[in-house]
Parts: sequence; structure tokens; C-alpha cells
Amino acid sequence: MALYSFLAALIPLNNYGHFIHWHWLYISYANFIVICLMVITFVAALLLPFPGHNRRKGNR
Amino acid sequence: MSSTEIERQWTTRLRHRAAGKLPPEKLLPDTQPSYVSSWIYVFGVATLASLILVIATGCILALRGPSWWHGSFIGHFVNSLHLWSVEVFFFAMVVHLWGKFFMGAWRGGRTATWMTGVVTFLASLMTAFTGYVSQSNFDSQWISTQAKDGINATGGGAYFNVLNMGQMLMWHIVLLPLVAVILTAVHVILVRMKGVVPPYDDAASATSAATTEGATK
Repeated sequence: MALYSFLAALIPLNNYGHFIHWHWLYISYANFIVICLMVITFVAALLLPFPGHNRRKGNR
Repeated sequence: MSSTEIERQWTTRLRHRAAGKLPPEKLLPDTQPSYVSSWIYVFGVATLASLILVIATGCILALRGPSWWHGSFIGHFVNSLHLWSVEVFFFAMVVHLWGKFFMGAWRGGRTATWMTGVVTFLASLMTAFTGYVSQSNFDSQWISTQAKDGINATGGGAYFNVLNMGQMLMWHIVLLPLVAVILTAVHVILVRMKGVVPPYDDAASATSAATTEGATK
């Protein structure tokens, strides 16, 4: 329970949300961060080498 | 019963047809083409794994009820697992969707695979929405009172009343999960039947090789 209270104190969720408002764009920071993480994951999935890729190329 | 009669039975015909379309070595293959060894192909199975966790935690929540998931420490934990597995589910599904879109995953007779994926995504959105309005807390009250105006503007409010907690909970735990799971199963079976879509380079070289082979014959 102490750990629960400690984490709750670190990340307070009872405040008003924070929003990005830029021209027509109106999005919460939380949603914006998740979308950025998805884009980063997508690019990383395309660029990072997959373990055993070269070994499998011979099985084509 | 004669062998001709056995061959004419619907069970025999169905079995032959199913085995012809999806033999066991295709259903659970030992190897995959070399182009599958890329991180972008991981997100389909990551979506499936998180769906299993969503269903498992949802079953535990259904067993114990709202007073447990709001009022006890372990209930909070399972409730959070259910929420965060949904977050991972959508995260992986969106990356999977982007990957398949840029691969043109509907190529090579895979239209049904693509379309079942699209409909599963929409069914999952509805499942998540009915889940958010079924939390039985202030958050769910806020979401449902905001959403009712949008639903009523479409004329659908008479059939799909977001302020009706019982109706939303039934949609969330019975109807929509059933649809999502059945569609996912069909989607996975279609992937196994048709195989994973090759990259554009491979498909183009396969086509040109076939053309050259045909011309030399």
C-alpha cells in the first residue's frame, strides 16, 4: 500500500489535464505522447535488425 | 454404412474441404519466409497476445464484480491490468495496421484478410468505448453524458443508449468481445491460408520470374 501511495504521489492524476492547442490541433499531452511513441516504435521496427535475419536469408 | 455413403456425409465433405484449404502444416508451419524476420511482423502476434490478456483479466473482473475492482487492492491491480492490456492491444494493433497499410497487405488475393482486420479494429473500438462507460465511476459518467449527444445526433440513441449502464455492460462483456474474438479467429485463419504478404520487391521479382519462365517455355 505504501508503494501505491508513493507512486500516486509521483504521478498525480487528480489535476486538470494538459492540452496542446496549435491552430486547429487540440490534443491532450497524454494522447500526443502515445501517438509519438507509436510513430517511434513503427520507425524502429522498420530500421532495427531482427535477430537471426541473415541466417534465415539462406532458407528463402 | 457403405464407403460411398460415408463419402457423401456432410461431416466427411466438410473435413475434406477444411483439410484441403488449411492443412495442418499450413496452420502451424515450421518455417516462415525470410522476409518475415523483421520487427514489423511482430505486432500482429503482439496484438493477439494482449487480446488474450484482455480477455483473461476481463473474465476475472466479471467473476468478482465492481465492489471488488473498486474496493480492494488486488481488484485495483486486476482492473489496471485490464486497462493497460487494452492500451498495449491498441498500441500494437495501430503499429500493425500502419505496417500492413504500407505493405499493401490486401495484395495477392488477401482482400478478406485486410477487411476482417478493418472490421475487427472497428469492433475493438466499440468494445473499448463500452468498457469506458461501464467502469461505474465518475469517469464513466462523464464519458457517457458527453457521448450521448453524439449518439443521439445519429438517431442511434434509441437502440444504443450510452446512459443505460446495464445495456453498455452487456455489449461490453458479451456481444462485442464475441464479435472481436470471432473476427480475430477468422483473420488469423485467413493469414494462415493465404500466407503473410511478401514485400513489394519480392512480389515484383516473383511476377517477373514467372513471366520470364513462361516466355522461355
